[in-house]
Amino acid sequence: MVPTNYYVILSAILFGLGMFAFIFKRNIITIFMSIELMLNAVNLAFVAFSQALGKLDGQVFVLFVIVVAAAEAAVGLGIIILIARSRQTLNVERVNLLKL
Amino acid sequence: MTAQLAVFLVLAAMAVTGAVSLILQKHPIHSALSLIVVMISLAGLYLLLGAEFVAAVQIIVYGGAIMVLFVFVIMLLNAGIEEHTSISKMAGAPGLLLVVALAGFVAATIARSTENIQATSQTGELASTLGISNMLFKDFVYPFELTSFLILVAVLGATVLAQREKS
Repeated sequence: MVPTNYYVILSAILFGLGMFAFIFKRNIITIFMSIELMLNAVNLAFVAFSQALGKLDGQVFVLFVIVVAAAEAAVGLGIIILIARSRQTLNVERVNLLKL
Repeated sequence: MTAQLAVFLVLAAMAVTGAVSLILQKHPIHSALSLIVVMISLAGLYLLLGAEFVAAVQIIVYGGAIMVLFVFVIMLLNAGIEEHTSISKMAGAPGLLLVVALAGFVAATIARSTENIQATSQTGELASTLGISNMLFKDFVYPFELTSFLILVAVLGATVLAQREKS
């Protein structure tokens, strides 16, 4: 039996890496992928606690998170296609229409 | 060291390597492939935790559907190597600081609550998929039905957003 702590620590590491990628990356598609990485890290914590507490609520929540992530990916990638079409770039620094 | 712990360490190393590779790769398609490695190893971890159904859904929905969508969009938009300006390189330092602060906070919280978590960690072996379906269609039936509306709205939204303007 692997201690639950290990899973939670791994989840925290993955979430931190996802957050760093979100701040550091400049390609809008990669930024979107780092959001998915953070969602995955949270899912791992959910399943780990679900197993630790002997209840299945966590696993049901993971299914809901996956559904929301799928919907978010569909809409987000639509927005990315729009941005790429109107600005001719995927670099977030070039998307500066609201900047003074 | 038990066999389970060894499997966990291998899968965890794979996941962290994939996540680091996502950051280090310059081309978005390489980042997408790294993310697939992370998702597959997470599916293995779910199996290790006794959550077979979640592991299957993880591979089908995340590793299959969502990542195919990502790769498809990367190819559709012909995304190239990303460029970093001096300002965006500067963002790395505060970003790293933030991540270290978060990791420290989480580690401190976990270290304080060690006994609480470990005390109940021997109660695995639930009839996982049966139990999930019971909860999903009894206790969580309204949220479950609401997700179908969410999917419908997302499909409509994505279609409206991505269609070409009629001129």
